[in-house]
Amino acid sequence: MNMEKQIQSDSKDSSGAREQFSGFVRQLGPTLGLIVLCIVAGILSPVFFTVSNLMNIVLQVAVIAVIAAGMTFVILTGGIDLSVGSILGLTGVLLAGIFKATGSVFLAVLSSIVIGGLLGLVNGLLVSYGNVPAFCATLGMMAMARGLAFVYTKGMPISGFPDSFRFFGSAYVGAIPVPVMEAILIFVVAWYILTKTPAGRSIYAVGSNEKASRLSGIKTDFYKMLVYVISGVLTGFAALMFVGRINSAHPLAGQGYELDAIAAVVIGGTSLSGGQGSIAGTFMGALIMGVIRNALNLLNVDAYWQQVVIGAVIIAAVLMDWRSKKQQLA
Amino acid sequence: MRDVPILEVRNVTKRFPGVVALNRVNLTVRPNEIHALLGENGAGKSTLMKIISGAYQKDEGEILLDGRPVQISKPSDSMNLGIAIIYQDLNLIPDLSVAENIFFGRLPHKGFLRAVDFNMIKHASQELLTRVNARIDPMARVGDLSVADRQLVAIARALSFKPRVLIMDEPTASLSAQEVQTLFDVMRDLKTQNVGLIFISHHLEEIFEIADRVTVLRDGQYVDSKPIDELDKETIVHMMVGRRMETLYPRVHSPQPDSDVVLRVEGLSQGNTLHDISFGLRRGEILGISGLVGSGRSELMHSIFGGRPIDSGEIWLEGRKVQFHSPSEAVAYGIALVPEDRGDEGLHLEMSVRENICLPHLRRFYQNFRISRKAEEKTSKSLISRLNVKTTGSEQLVGFLSGGNQQKVAIAKWLVSEPKVLILDEPTKGVDVGAKSEIHRIMSELASRGVGIIMVSPELPEILGMSDRILVMSNGRIAAEFSRAEATPDKIMMAATSGGAA
Ligand SMILES: Nc1ncnc2c1ncn2[C@@H]1O[C@H](COP(=O)(O)OP(=O)(O)OP(=O)(O)O)[C@@H](O)[C@H]1O
Ligand SMILES: [Mg+2]
Repeated sequence: MNMEKQIQSDSKDSSGAREQFSGFVRQLGPTLGLIVLCIVAGILSPVFFTVSNLMNIVLQVAVIAVIAAGMTFVILTGGIDLSVGSILGLTGVLLAGIFKATGSVFLAVLSSIVIGGLLGLVNGLLVSYGNVPAFCATLGMMAMARGLAFVYTKGMPISGFPDSFRFFGSAYVGAIPVPVMEAILIFVVAWYILTKTPAGRSIYAVGSNEKASRLSGIKTDFYKMLVYVISGVLTGFAALMFVGRINSAHPLAGQGYELDAIAAVVIGGTSLSGGQGSIAGTFMGALIMGVIRNALNLLNVDAYWQQVVIGAVIIAAVLMDWRSKKQQLA
Repeated sequence: MRDVPILEVRNVTKRFPGVVALNRVNLTVRPNEIHALLGENGAGKSTLMKIISGAYQKDEGEILLDGRPVQISKPSDSMNLGIAIIYQDLNLIPDLSVAENIFFGRLPHKGFLRAVDFNMIKHASQELLTRVNARIDPMARVGDLSVADRQLVAIARALSFKPRVLIMDEPTASLSAQEVQTLFDVMRDLKTQNVGLIFISHHLEEIFEIADRVTVLRDGQYVDSKPIDELDKETIVHMMVGRRMETLYPRVHSPQPDSDVVLRVEGLSQGNTLHDISFGLRRGEILGISGLVGSGRSELMHSIFGGRPIDSGEIWLEGRKVQFHSPSEAVAYGIALVPEDRGDEGLHLEMSVRENICLPHLRRFYQNFRISRKAEEKTSKSLISRLNVKTTGSEQLVGFLSGGNQQKVAIAKWLVSEPKVLILDEPTKGVDVGAKSEIHRIMSELASRGVGIIMVSPELPEILGMSDRILVMSNGRIAAEFSRAEATPDKIMMAATSGGAA
């Protein structure tokens, strides 16, 4: 049992209104945050509320959101996956290569999922059965996958794909972009798994008390492995979307995406110590990240300063998480 | 003595969402008295203690120390006023050493680098541990200690404050009879040094042995305070419960000496903890397991359940040899374990009562591709009322329940479907008299329906009262076996201290 939980168990004080308020914040905070942010952005920049700009935001958000959905599973078990950015890069160049070699869209889609899933499986086996701390295992994978992407491409991007291949990343059905539909579908399925199935309940349980979960007959090692596979599969699919959107697979693609994905999850109210949070929150978190980035662009904020702002937002979100925990200790 | 009370609590009220935990409660503790605080599970005892220690804030009322009102708004305030508390769930830090835990928050530093002065806390801890008769290495990691040893560490920590008021919330719940006696000696000693002691326990014999005065709470209401000599057991129970008590140790099953053996353990050994253990359990039998702390009782239960690897030996279930690599396999075979440490191993404190109860049986509630919330609610509500769990509802987080009510949930989660073998490791720890006999009645009912039950308990009366057969463990071996008719407290104690030479 970690210390935080032990202290909580002892002196958790749900002092009336304050506790209810913090629970309320956890549920509704991200949504309110998003609304306020949009209003502010709309006031600062007249372009913000134009259809083309909003479309731009959701398109940019789709890839990160899909990765963040997988990250939510991982963080709910109390783990972390730092390798998603590199997995996106490696899967991207591999599936591009496979498509160039075979011309089969079907094979490209299949390989995105399989390659991502296998890389996730390695993470998962190390963390669950190998007892390697998640931070170390996925940090190692982060370096390895990125390295392999360069080895495979010799540093050269693979570019130029037909529309059939780019369907998943850039097509429209009517007025709605396909990546947005994909992201929404993935979130609905993820929500269903997490809230309605034994697997989802078990994932929450493992994050909230692993020992007690094991003694309740839950296959804790299996679920700890599974979440990394899910994260890998979704990141692999995100690679397909990403390559399709920018019409190029670069070995550097996805660099730093782990940060955005983790930020989306944390801003969405999921606790980094596991056991608490929601996929709906992550959805909001991803949108918030997207709106902030977009607004900074519209306001012509320098790219380096953007990094500073995003970093500060992440720290603020983690602090809020901590504060709401501390309040329970009061 | 009619001197000024050392601690006085007046009209204290505390509300949680959905419950009034304390309603205008009074408590007066005089110097050199041991004051027992009594009440059923969820009566508000721990809440009152946490208000005095500053862990919780009162909504109304006042606290007086030496007749002067004091403001206690955080734990350090009470420490500075000379109040020390041993929490019901101890609140130690598992990853730190015993010595660091004892001096946590006041670690002495030395030298240029301001490193922790380990030598000094080691010696000081050793002294305190000797005082409570604990043979524990001050440098051992607290997480590796047994629950009883952790309790002794918590007591040593409290003593290290040299408190004027010492609050002990169910310190004896996981101690064996001998350790309880040592604790009582320490308490009597403190009493002569004018320390005011508050003692909480569900064991009335202990109250009569050690307490000078008693205050009873019921459902957050103050009932009465009386000197112990004006009370008898009957009266106390009546004050606590508001009604007469049912019989103790109800047995509705009658053992079938020739029913099938459901579980056989053969030659089970593991490292230094278990040596060549063999026994059988029949359907419908309650097998009591007695033994001192550290005799390997809990380790044996975990080994059978697949939670600890074994070096050698066989486990047979219903005539088939089985090998469990993890508890999930044992659960699939119909074995259930209620572990000793409910907070750490038995429950998910951040999850609701419903989620806790249904967790081992998710498959069963998975209908039409979704967990049926309705079915879950129905099951948990019926268990809540069957075990009389005091909660605002099935959605209440288990961490917000009182200790005894948490224990009831830890048991309830294994009653959803009838197991073949039910292993209970100290099932009635921290549970009040009424609920205790209710849990015993449920055990006996299950036995009469053919469930094989193994019950580990440090309490001899419970072992003698409920078991059909008794195994006594000592130093990782089975030191003796008694039938219900043969067993006496003396024989069991003899065997338990025999050192394992059967
Ligand atoms: N942090 C909390 N949030 C909400 N309700 C709480 C909290 N702590 C205690 N309660 C409720 O207050 C009531 C009194 O609980 P308390 O822990 O004081 O009981 P207790 O007398 O110590 O019982 P036990 O003998 O089981 O330890 C219970 O109904 C409990 O559910
Ligand atoms: Mg209590």
